[in-house]
Amino acid sequence: MRNLQLDADGKLKHLLTIEGLPKKILTQILDSAETFVGVAERDIKKVPLLRGKTVCNIFFENSTRTRTTFEIAAKRLSADVINLNVGTSSQSKGETILDTVDNLIAMHADMFVVRHSQSGAVHFIAQHMPENISIINAGDGRHAHPTQGLLDVFTVRRYKPDMHNLRVALVGDVLHSRVARSEIHALTTLGVPEVRVIAPKTLLPADVGKLGVQVFHDMKAGLKDVDVVMMLRLQNERMTGALLPSAQEYFKTFGLTQEKLSYAKPDAIVMHPGPMNRGVEIDSSVADGSQSVILPQVTYGIAVRMAVMAILGGGA
Amino acid sequence: MKIHIKNGHLIDPKNNIDAKKDVFIVAGKITGIDQCPDGFVANQTIDATGLIVAPGFVDLSARLREPGSAHHANLKSELRAAAAGGITSLACPPDTNPILDEPGLVEMLKHRAKLLNLAHVYPLGALTRKLEGKLLTEMCALTEAGCVGFSQADVSMTDTQVLWRAFEYAATFGYTIFLRAEDYYLAKEGVAHDGEIASRLGLKGIPAAAEGLAIASILRIAHATNTRVHLCRLSTAEGVDLVRQAKQQGVQVTADVSAQHCHLTDHDIGYFNAHANLKPPLRSMRDKNALCLGLKDGTIDAICSDHTPVDDDAKLLPFAEAEAGATGLELLLPLALKWAVDNQASLFDAVAKITSQPAKILAITGGHLSLHADADIAIFNPTLEWTVTASQFKSQGKNTPFLGLAMLGRTQTTLLHGQITYQHS
Repeated sequence: MRNLQLDADGKLKHLLTIEGLPKKILTQILDSAETFVGVAERDIKKVPLLRGKTVCNIFFENSTRTRTTFEIAAKRLSADVINLNVGTSSQSKGETILDTVDNLIAMHADMFVVRHSQSGAVHFIAQHMPENISIINAGDGRHAHPTQGLLDVFTVRRYKPDMHNLRVALVGDVLHSRVARSEIHALTTLGVPEVRVIAPKTLLPADVGKLGVQVFHDMKAGLKDVDVVMMLRLQNERMTGALLPSAQEYFKTFGLTQEKLSYAKPDAIVMHPGPMNRGVEIDSSVADGSQSVILPQVTYGIAVRMAVMAILGGGA
Repeated sequence: MKIHIKNGHLIDPKNNIDAKKDVFIVAGKITGIDQCPDGFVANQTIDATGLIVAPGFVDLSARLREPGSAHHANLKSELRAAAAGGITSLACPPDTNPILDEPGLVEMLKHRAKLLNLAHVYPLGALTRKLEGKLLTEMCALTEAGCVGFSQADVSMTDTQVLWRAFEYAATFGYTIFLRAEDYYLAKEGVAHDGEIASRLGLKGIPAAAEGLAIASILRIAHATNTRVHLCRLSTAEGVDLVRQAKQQGVQVTADVSAQHCHLTDHDIGYFNAHANLKPPLRSMRDKNALCLGLKDGTIDAICSDHTPVDDDAKLLPFAEAEAGATGLELLLPLALKWAVDNQASLFDAVAKITSQPAKILAITGGHLSLHADADIAIFNPTLEWTVTASQFKSQGKNTPFLGLAMLGRTQTTLLHGQITYQHS
């Protein structure tokens, strides 16, 4: 089966998932993002790499934050941006995904940024794209959120440049998390030797160990001597599906507090993809503490998305 | 009409024949095997040199989509597909629209099938009204109308009291219950085997235990109520083990596996290939191997096509939203033959799994070539290689995970009541 993400020359054609991408391409994106970090600090925050190109944000699932960062990234590259919140409206009128996408193709966009609530929906759309359009997955179901995974490893690399000598722990709802899957693939591809997941058994997918991670159910053991703690968001509806008894009990057992963070290395960094549930998965004192790099993550998110768009647009 | 099928290799598992023998047909009945009846002068001679002559195949599960789902398929298209696949008898599950829970619907279906005269259609009636798992259907009236057993199709029974009573009632009249075992709650919203692949792809999983749990309770109730039960489309190693144990303990249980599940695993989902969205889900390699071995040691009695034609639009969706199922009538033979080749089973065994064994489960007259039996016959070339393409299917459903793959074995001629219903050109 052909890897849809790469063209015949092995260059990035779409960004759908980190899984299966070569280390060389991930490094290319991260290196390119380094050059874009500086752009945001200038007076004139624009580069002309995508001038004349149109980027279309198609969000079948609502999102403000992610869509906004993609929009800023595209605009800083001088692209024209169209935002479409398809939501469920077109679909409830009986229009299929392909109908929606065909309409958008007819508008001659060069790049689509797509989010959808179904795993695989963005692959599906990419399979039905004409040659000249690139797709960026902005999150599909529980499957993948590759730009988030990339910005997270970008952040890790900035604070802990020796990736081959790191212990990273992901904490929380791995089962429902596309972010966790993308982080795991990004970390393992870049050569991080030890990636851990820490969660109650109800929030871990089947055979998660086969993704190349070590499994822990206890924060003290799982956080011991780690260099990076990546927290995952816990949706409130997890309490209703009999996955957890209460937010209080979750916070007590798996919420990141200063005390639990003390098991990690003293210089460990704390990350979170946002939006945070303070007092559920993370204590405010940690979120706002000296080890937190949560806000830099957001800043780097724009640089990483610029890098991805520039590479797909042929400008980098 | 007198037909002489000459020079073919006859495989008739029920009569334990596996030898070169000619077949003589008069007025739709078999009148001679190996020996020409007195005064027989053929109107038509079929040269089966190098070919296998077998009873027409019997399929335990084929959705014909009538009544109610003409966008997917219709009786004519699907019965032509059956003939092209060498299938002369098939059982269809009750999950049509409306559901087969009333005698009138069954009579209509039987009548329409008879007019087409392409295959014998044996409906399975709904076990409960509208398959809701609450009220019993009129099983006696449905049997009179032509049902050969009762089924919940893909709808799991959650109320064990209703299940118990349905079993007792069916046992009263000696009816067989056909169930696909899957725990409703554990399978809820799941679309793939709960394992590494589903975890990687972010698809909601159905644990293998969903099948084991349901089989355990079905077998317990079947044993307690002394009811004959057929388990449809096993998918797990633990399911095979449970059936093996139950058979040893004397429970009246039989089982089948779909032709898809003999060959594919969850790895075949690849990058979200909606053609691999099946019910039950494709499971692990270990499960697949257990199913193949279970077939070989007789724990699993038959291979069915699990024919489910789905129109293109219903498959052109993200994996979890796509309608489950694969077209299968025209692939049953090559996939059964491939099972035999892959598992060092004989051609004879493969033919038994799609003729005598399913016929016995359905308690129908077909599935063998005894003297005076109906001349329902499949003549096939076991070594002809061909490639699966959508355009060659007679079935309206072009959906199969085997598209583009090579198959070995193809039906050349199908006869129903001694009339040729399919001739491969």
